[in-house]
Amino acid sequence: MKKMMQRLSFLAVLAALLLVAAGCGKSASTSTDTVAQIKKAGVIKIAVFGDLRPYGWIDQSGKRVGYDLTLARRIAKDLGVKAQFVQVNADGRVDALKAGKVDLVLANFTVTPERKQVVDFAEPYMKVSVGVVSKKTAPITKVSQLQGKAVIVTKGTTAEQYFTEKQKGVTLQKYDSKTQQFSALKSDRAAALADDNSYLYAWVKNNPTYTVGIKTLNGDGFFKQDYQQTLAPYFGQDIQAQDIIMGE
Amino acid sequence: MSQSGLELLFQGQNLPRLLAGFGVTLRVAAVVLALGLSLGALLGALRTLPNRGLQVVLRGYLEIFRIVPTVVLLFVAYYLLPQLGGLNLSGEAVAVVTFTLWTAAEMSDIVRGALVAVPRHQVEAGAALGLTRAQQLRFILFPQAVPLALPGTINLATRVIKTTSLLLMISVMDLVNVGQTLVEANSHLHPTFAFWLYGALFIGYYLLCAPLSWWAKHIARQRKAVTND
Repeated sequence: MKKMMQRLSFLAVLAALLLVAAGCGKSASTSTDTVAQIKKAGVIKIAVFGDLRPYGWIDQSGKRVGYDLTLARRIAKDLGVKAQFVQVNADGRVDALKAGKVDLVLANFTVTPERKQVVDFAEPYMKVSVGVVSKKTAPITKVSQLQGKAVIVTKGTTAEQYFTEKQKGVTLQKYDSKTQQFSALKSDRAAALADDNSYLYAWVKNNPTYTVGIKTLNGDGFFKQDYQQTLAPYFGQDIQAQDIIMGE
Repeated sequence: MSQSGLELLFQGQNLPRLLAGFGVTLRVAAVVLALGLSLGALLGALRTLPNRGLQVVLRGYLEIFRIVPTVVLLFVAYYLLPQLGGLNLSGEAVAVVTFTLWTAAEMSDIVRGALVAVPRHQVEAGAALGLTRAQQLRFILFPQAVPLALPGTINLATRVIKTTSLLLMISVMDLVNVGQTLVEANSHLHPTFAFWLYGALFIGYYLLCAPLSWWAKHIARQRKAVTND
């Protein structure tokens, strides 16, 4: 079961959460809105990123746009209410829910066992795991290369958690926002930056002197191996592992 | 993309949004300074009274707000108080309350320091001349204490204005927060955009803080002219 939980953690991600889980103390006073209350109010408050292109950002006309934002507007439309956006940073996401500041978080919010204890995740809507981006001239392709080096992370992310728990030999530089962490990488503050691979892919496209040397850190590749050994021989060449397995 | 980073600043809604962020910063700073400096002046005056119990309470208040980092105070007020069953205020309201209490704490120490720095014999001489307590304050203590408190007050005011940049931590769309979203949305179009944007932020904060120093200098000059007469 524990293994299963771990698997789920790096398995697909990002989710919506509507309720503060019961059992985290009395929370009557911080009553998070139920769907009925949201409908009655006619407004759903959604926490989003404002500096994470292409997931949650603001275009030139001042409109909030991105993958998460399109989903947010769809949810509001399906509920028949107006969406009201609250811009958060990574480390404010759990507390924004717990404090009743928002009804829902759509901000690249990876499902983890620890977070599950305090917030209620909806079905994941994206595959994600922690990746590492570094300069093409000094690429980091294995975690072992990072020993004794500095790595940039954003506070309150799965990347921060992974390095804090599993890679104690790595010096972490922690930043508050996505803007800060990417600026720090560009000004050579550290050897690499670790964050969800989903936006590292987008970031390197605009910053071609960098590469995502490690695409997946926290998966052990179990399902991929399992797939190769047991399923691949039965499928044709046009079927890839990622068409079948979840996450990783 | 032949346009320069500077031109990007004026495209679409970029500039109006930056100005809106400037407005939020200005509004929060103005309300905080008006409330915080007045409350602080009052508390500072109270701290010169010989009441021991009152001194312990006011001293404790000052130390807490001076020692705990402002960003921690903001987080506690915005995210934790509602969870403990307290008030659930908007980000801007939380910012005004927290910053006002912090400003008042710092201001109380400046005012207390200025009041006790006026030599005792000045007030005593006033009493000897038969001035009432109110007259002593009005004509002897305040005219001498205000110039002493002024530099510290201006320093505090500029610190408060600049510290409002922490508001991005509690979802307030202030000048820096808007600026960061602009950098992320536009810097791929032009690599020097961030440079121009932070330049614009520099000008924004300069416009907020500089008048305070000018005003302080002006007052200092006026005082000098009066005392030289």
